[in-house]
Amino acid sequence: MTRSLKKNPFVANHLLRKINTLNTKAEKEIIVTWSRASTIIPTMIGHTIAIHNGKEHLPIYITDRMVGHKLGEFAPTLNFRGHAKNDNRSRR
Amino acid sequence: MSYISGARLVADEQVRIALTKIDGIGPKKAIQVCYRLGISGNIKIKELTKYQIDQIEQMIGQDHVVHWELKRGERADIERLISISCYRGIRHQDGLPLRGQRTHTNARTFRKQIRK
Repeated sequence: MTRSLKKNPFVANHLLRKINTLNTKAEKEIIVTWSRASTIIPTMIGHTIAIHNGKEHLPIYITDRMVGHKLGEFAPTLNFRGHAKNDNRSRR
Repeated sequence: MSYISGARLVADEQVRIALTKIDGIGPKKAIQVCYRLGISGNIKIKELTKYQIDQIEQMIGQDHVVHWELKRGERADIERLISISCYRGIRHQDGLPLRGQRTHTNARTFRKQIRK
């Protein structure tokens, strides 16, 4: 179910504060965040946000096409590289 | 046998049923089109005059997205997801379900699509 429009998109307060201060200063620096549930809003465009994936922070550059998605969608938590091919030789 | 915006319509079917053969027109939109043109949906296609068929074609061309246009829109949506490399885009590339379904077993429908 979609979120009520009355409440506006969810953005974590600490993240919003950081972005607002950066915007007023007109500076660019990597913002480290754990808040994967925050929605990307137009004020974030052009910033680089390092999103936690459970282990480390992946820096993601925010573009205008990403608006409306959540931050967590861009930092995958699983790193599946396919199954290991079973070596028949080593078993013998 | 008549064609409306690229779909072959069976002459011996009621209008509201026959129109659903067009991609992008379901039962609801078919009834809506009939209603707006003042045609009864229960008439057979072969009983329509040529003028009425033209009218239907025009109405569908104007107001509804059908066939290849619809397909292209779908394709564009997927391309967008892939280009911003979000989770759903990555899953589209891998040919796995997007909405958190299990993949340990099942998930055959989407995988089948990719293999074709």
